Amino acid sequence: MEFVKQYWAPLVCGLVIVGVLPLIVGYVVLVERKIMADMQARLGPMRVGPHGLLQPIADAVKLLIKEDIIPEDADKLVFWLAPVLSVAAALLAIAGLAIGPAFQIAKDVNIGILFVVGVSAMGIFGIVLGGWASNSHYSLIGALRSSAQLVSYETAAGMAMVCGLLFAGTLNITSIVQAQYDQGIWFGLLAPVAFFVYLVASIAETNRAPFDLPEAESELVAGYMTEFSGFRWSLYFLAEYTNMIVVASVATTLFLGGWLRPFPKTTWLSFIDFLPPLLMISVGVYCLIRTPKQPARVQQLFMLAVAGLCFAVALVLAAPVLLRTPYVNPSLAAAAKPFYEGIHGGFWFVFKVSAYIYFFMWLRFTLPRYRFDQLMRLGWHFLIPLSIINVLLIGIAMIAGQYFHLAGWSLLLTTIPASIIALIVALFILATEQKSEPQKAGGAAPDSYA
Amino acid sequence: MATDTTTDPRDKQQTLLGADELILNMGPQHPSTHGVLRVKLKLDGERVIGSECMIGYLHRGVEKIAEHRTYQQFAPYVDRMDYVAAVSNGLGYCEAIEKLLMVEAPPRAKVIRTILTELQRIASHLLWLGTHALDIGALTPLFYCFREREEILKIFEKYCGARLTTHAFRIGGLQYEAYDTLEKDVESFCKAFEPRIKDYEDLLTQNRIWLGRTKGVGILKAEDAIAMGATGPVLRASGVKWDIRKAMPYAAYDQYKFEIPVGTTGDTYDRYLVRMEEMRQSRLICLQAIENIPTGPIMAKVGKVLKPPPGEVYHSIEAPKGELGYYVISDGTVQPYRVRIRPPSFVNLQAFDKMARGHLVADVVAIIGTLDIVLGEVDR
Amino acid sequence: MADEPKEQQPSPVPAGDKPASSPAATPPAKPAAAAPPAATPPKPAAPVPPKAPVQLQTPLNNELVGRVRAKFGTALVEAIEDRKQAILTVECGKLAEVSQYLRDEEKFDLLSDLTAVDWPKREKRFDVVLNLYSFAKNERLRVKARAGDGEQVPSVAGVWPTANWLEREAFDMFGIVFAGHPNLTRILLPDEWQGYPLRKDYDIIEQDTSWVKENMGIESGQ
Repeated sequence: MEFVKQYWAPLVCGLVIVGVLPLIVGYVVLVERKIMADMQARLGPMRVGPHGLLQPIADAVKLLIKEDIIPEDADKLVFWLAPVLSVAAALLAIAGLAIGPAFQIAKDVNIGILFVVGVSAMGIFGIVLGGWASNSHYSLIGALRSSAQLVSYETAAGMAMVCGLLFAGTLNITSIVQAQYDQGIWFGLLAPVAFFVYLVASIAETNRAPFDLPEAESELVAGYMTEFSGFRWSLYFLAEYTNMIVVASVATTLFLGGWLRPFPKTTWLSFIDFLPPLLMISVGVYCLIRTPKQPARVQQLFMLAVAGLCFAVALVLAAPVLLRTPYVNPSLAAAAKPFYEGIHGGFWFVFKVSAYIYFFMWLRFTLPRYRFDQLMRLGWHFLIPLSIINVLLIGIAMIAGQYFHLAGWSLLLTTIPASIIALIVALFILATEQKSEPQKAGGAAPDSYA
Repeated sequence: MATDTTTDPRDKQQTLLGADELILNMGPQHPSTHGVLRVKLKLDGERVIGSECMIGYLHRGVEKIAEHRTYQQFAPYVDRMDYVAAVSNGLGYCEAIEKLLMVEAPPRAKVIRTILTELQRIASHLLWLGTHALDIGALTPLFYCFREREEILKIFEKYCGARLTTHAFRIGGLQYEAYDTLEKDVESFCKAFEPRIKDYEDLLTQNRIWLGRTKGVGILKAEDAIAMGATGPVLRASGVKWDIRKAMPYAAYDQYKFEIPVGTTGDTYDRYLVRMEEMRQSRLICLQAIENIPTGPIMAKVGKVLKPPPGEVYHSIEAPKGELGYYVISDGTVQPYRVRIRPPSFVNLQAFDKMARGHLVADVVAIIGTLDIVLGEVDR
Repeated sequence: MADEPKEQQPSPVPAGDKPASSPAATPPAKPAAAAPPAATPPKPAAPVPPKAPVQLQTPLNNELVGRVRAKFGTALVEAIEDRKQAILTVECGKLAEVSQYLRDEEKFDLLSDLTAVDWPKREKRFDVVLNLYSFAKNERLRVKARAGDGEQVPSVAGVWPTANWLEREAFDMFGIVFAGHPNLTRILLPDEWQGYPLRKDYDIIEQDTSWVKENMGIESGQ
């Protein structure tokens, strides 16, 4: 009972997340389909619900009522366990993330980032076991390939994160963001190469295009997900999109300033605080403008409702900011601070994670797919050397900064040259390695991945 | 995705298999084989050491049917072979029978035929581009290509009522007069098309991933291409500058200026470049043609009942996929004695084995795509 | 199957008038099924004198023919020209050598098409037809070889690898066996199919019913 009394809040939060996250993921999928359609000059789901808004519900219901097919000689326990492991790892990683200074399920874990990354890496078990349990040797090969890809890019991602951690000095998530506030600059600006490496590595981590060969439809080898249908498949799917959210959140925390607004400490740029409510107001105004153009009455009402919702959110966002302006009673300002941090922090965090995920989607619909050996070559021959050299040089830059008493924005003077040198060295390594490799017919590569 | 991964014991007996070989079957139902094509790959680990294409799943006995139909009755059957480029099939057939009859279509008919055939070439290449890019993983070009193709199919629909299996031409000329806005439609399409080709090229041509997936993949050298009988963009990408529209002009092609794109290495990237350039050249031909469509009759004087004098003829045209040939033997009756269709995709597909050896399994899909086969034509 | 009955009358005339080539192309009363109901005989307005049939096949005697004749003598059975296309007929047994000569010396390096035609009334019923093209000379040539039922035709797959699948198709459709072919199996029809569909004695709705019953589990594909 003591346990429950003390930890009731995180328990409830955890249950809420496990319950609500599938819905959120469903809507992320809908957003992806709509963005895909937009980039492909079409409309996307439009039929189920207004503008397809009930599509995720329909898909979820369909997946739940599908027949559960298990291959004949499959190992039943492992077949059941594999998707569960993937989802469990992904959801557990969500627990370690902080959306605002006060919104964190696993509060003040002093190994925060390491916990999140380590737990999400456990999802690889789910993939390998899934391929094993399918009793098809091509599923197994696909699963092994996928896990090889994940493990390789995990290294590069890890080294990139070390760069960010060098600036933060701590693994605790809230402390990392606090460090970014103290230094007044996002770490992604201080170490852009590290951010770039983490960006690419995270695309490969989540099996997204252009690194999605193990699960692509038009390739010969069946991916690890093939034999799973219905609910089991939806668990894998859920795990994939949750991983996307986790990876985006880690990047946001470490490189993009977490819940801080751009230029968090510069007071003369405080008008940026008004951007979120202005954004919501403009969306609401756009809805209002489009209302008369809707063909049916019910659609007009719907647009009005959406506009109203936007205005309400804008009000909620604007209130703490307005209360913090100098024209207001200071005690009110102090009382409004946690609201400001929480609400605006939540907004900025969600905004950055969404931008990151939008970038993922953008890449998926623009770029073709890498072949597996090209993928591995990119990871091992380019990203890992780049990230390791980057860590070394950023470390040197930091020491130089300490020597010259540079901090915050002025640290850019040392880190930017370090990043450029690292990039040049890595490209040089890549170029010399490509020249030395004989061009065999068919772009042949040794079986480094089989 | 139904891939049958069991090894059939009969396979081991038929071919010389070592102990380390795996047979992977890309079954007749597969998202990337562009029809019902079955490819058996012999793999050594990840590398293809041999392959066998098994076709015939779409064999409909078109040549046998031809012997039991009159010449005009057979014309719609021809569209169904390369159903992606039906107008070209129709052009080849009508011209072959006109040669057999020793008549010539009037100039107006020839020019309109040329315009429609070149539009069909663009449409066929657009479909090829979209599906090929989709196989390699680029999801978006497919929709852009189909948006353009939609415009062309609308023109066909306005002209002859059908989008896909058009039966647009008749033996001796045309049945339908060009509808009143045909020239305007073609012109507006061509004007809108140039920036679109640039769009596709921006997406793909300099894209590192695209280059990595297509450069050096599926190389077919010029002597191999000639020996294997490959024609069309496959041959031209290997470096042989041969196009039937220039070598043995038919319809109204001798009146227009256009280039023949040629590649250098004969890999997938070259075939991609050749087909992109061919689309541009087709657009130029259309623009030249609509400037000056001669007036006059659209149908030559052929009787209602066609009984060509006994004899035979072989006539081939440059279809979008290669050399489409018709070998027609007449015995003086209303029904042909033998119609043999020389399908470009059938002969190009023979080169698949040579092109796929030594490549990885993931490249096989790219190679099938780059050959641009239509199973309706391969199997007839 | 439209309007044959009207045109059956002038049969005897063309038969005698075709020296150089092929077949018993007298329009036979088509025995094929779906014979339309016996149409009423046309009412001749006036008796139309039968026109002399147009003869478009003429003997050919150009330099190419001269060289081939010089090299192969009697193996070159006949050389004609039909509608401005040159056709050489060679002896079946010499087909491979003539092909080799045509490819190497005369530069006909592209085999456009290889097919067969069935003339059942003839003693050597099959015509194996090769359509060649020369890039250098921009010229087409047709080569024919007559083969009887059961006679083996030398394969030209060694000369033009294109012929590999084309000969398989000829074998599949006509039953012509090509000697020396690396893999002479059926290509379009299932491997176990009995019968050769493009032969004239194979009816249009005929099928290998035992194969259909065994493999598709139905009585008939029709």
